[in-house]
Amino acid sequence: MAAAQPSDTPARSPNHPLVQAHGLTKRYDGRTVVDGVGLTVRTGECFGLLGPNGAGKTTTLRMLLGLTPPDAGELTVLGEPIPERAREARTRIGVVPQFDTLDPDFTVRENLITYASYFGLKGETLARRVEELLEFASLKGREDVNIQSLSGGMKRRLTLARALINQPALVVLDEPTTGLDPQARHHIWHRLRTLLSRDTTLIITTHYMEEAERLCDRLAIIDQGRVIACDSPRALIQAHIEPHVVELSGHAATVWLDKQGALPEGERLHRVGDIALIYTHDPRPLLQRLDADGLRYLHRPANLEDVFLKLTGHDLRD
Amino acid sequence: MSPNLRFLHVWRRNLKVWRKILIPSIMGNFGEPVLYLLAFGYGFGMLVGDLGEMPYMVFLASGIICSSAMFTASFEGMYSAYTRMDVQHTWSAMLGAPLTVDDIVLGEVAWAATKGLMSAAAILVVAAVLGLVANAWALLALPVLLLTGFTFGACAMVVTAFSKSYDFFLYYFTLVITPTLLLSGVFFPLEQFPAPVQMLAYLLPLAHTVELVRPLLTGTMPTQVLLHLAVIAAYGVAGLMIATRLIRRRLIR
Ligand SMILES: Nc1ncnc2c1ncn2[C@@H]1O[C@H](COP(=O)(O)OP(=O)(O)OP(=O)(O)O)[C@@H](O)[C@H]1O
Ligand SMILES: [Mg+2]
Repeated sequence: MAAAQPSDTPARSPNHPLVQAHGLTKRYDGRTVVDGVGLTVRTGECFGLLGPNGAGKTTTLRMLLGLTPPDAGELTVLGEPIPERAREARTRIGVVPQFDTLDPDFTVRENLITYASYFGLKGETLARRVEELLEFASLKGREDVNIQSLSGGMKRRLTLARALINQPALVVLDEPTTGLDPQARHHIWHRLRTLLSRDTTLIITTHYMEEAERLCDRLAIIDQGRVIACDSPRALIQAHIEPHVVELSGHAATVWLDKQGALPEGERLHRVGDIALIYTHDPRPLLQRLDADGLRYLHRPANLEDVFLKLTGHDLRD
Repeated sequence: MSPNLRFLHVWRRNLKVWRKILIPSIMGNFGEPVLYLLAFGYGFGMLVGDLGEMPYMVFLASGIICSSAMFTASFEGMYSAYTRMDVQHTWSAMLGAPLTVDDIVLGEVAWAATKGLMSAAAILVVAAVLGLVANAWALLALPVLLLTGFTFGACAMVVTAFSKSYDFFLYYFTLVITPTLLLSGVFFPLEQFPAPVQMLAYLLPLAHTVELVRPLLTGTMPTQVLLHLAVIAAYGVAGLMIATRLIRRRLIR
């Protein structure tokens, strides 16, 4: 381990890459689903992968774990060449898969113990770690319950706890909060921030833009198997989108927009479903016009979702 | 941790699940064969009488011990393994940990072999209690039965590797396991068949198991031991290699 960083350095720890991918490519039945992806993930950061359904996020993560052999490209994870030494790399990786793979034949505690046995963990160390993780995942008092009777949130927490059983340097999380209620999501976020504060590196996929914005130091937006942007959330917003957004919706908005005809210079209109989004650097003239006509609107700062919609288009995927 | 022992993690996981349903499992192991032995042995034995020197009950018991290893290991390698692969995603979870497809397939086959051995051993105990086993040399049958379980477990995993649903397993039972059962000298002596059918029977592994186990249970020395073992093992090794390849292609893609 490196010596403690001075408190004013923004990065969490040394900046050498933990994952390095060049030109990763995967084809299924002649269709290219991951198309020359290059990624660098630094030690201690939370790295996000965003993209519409079918963009190739899960396939990319599976390649990092050595569970999908790439058709082209080079890949090292934790200093190990993948897929050649994927098994060795996985001794130091934790995995939260997109779909639950908890063992329904076992209770909560037995799930942790059994999974730990796959890493060769046993005895005192294991017993202590299981107790810590039950605590960490707020599953105390549920140890002896069968998996079937857990709520979605508890299952996800248990899956996260299970992924930490080997004290991994890198945790790969594929949509860890999909389908969870706000409380359960906040709980997971809290745990992930705790991990980051302990210098664990995270790679996370999500469809929730505010989740990515909150958690990720840097993120890559993937569309149709290609990385189309990669930077910190703030830098992406600054680079790709006007800072102000005015949202209009409903019939009155449609009528108003029709009456307006072309919007003036500096105001950019985007429609998503029945919502009209107007992007601008200076919202005052627009707001004056809207107020004068008595329209309801929402004025907010631009966020990651705006970037995402702009870069990946507004059409439905798959 | 020695890398070639990682399959034991998979084996132990299955053992842990089995231990949770220990009582019904053991009841099943003992109950069914006892019924078979009593019903067939007494009912049928009356009609058949002795086969040469051997009472039919003795003949049948040694046969059922062999077929039980085959059936139990085949079931485990198909229905149970398929459930873990495709329904419960147990193998997916293992692949997130530092286990490989090779470890998983070997562990599952070893487990199928273990279950095959346990069910065969249960019948052996029953047979001994009924006075159908000659002497302690019968214990030498146990390694043969373990190997038999390994072989049928491995072959079952080949079927599992390209199954799309449970339905597929019925074909294997109808087209492979049942003919093997009828052709291998379990219920009646192979000598009843015309020579070409006997030849065919000796191409299958179970006939060789019976050739080894039946003498051991009746207190005589089996002949051509190495040849019999080699045939059974050849099926096991080939099955394991093919199953591993196919399952790797199915999961690592
Ligand atoms: N084993 C496979 N065989 C054939 N096609 C596959 C396979 N796995 C994935 N695909 C295809 O590759 C594409 C990318 O899939 P992937 O699961 O990586 O997307 P994703 O970004 O994770 O999507 P989602 O957000 O829905 O989880 C999809 O079109 C999918 O149908
Ligand atoms: Mg996915």
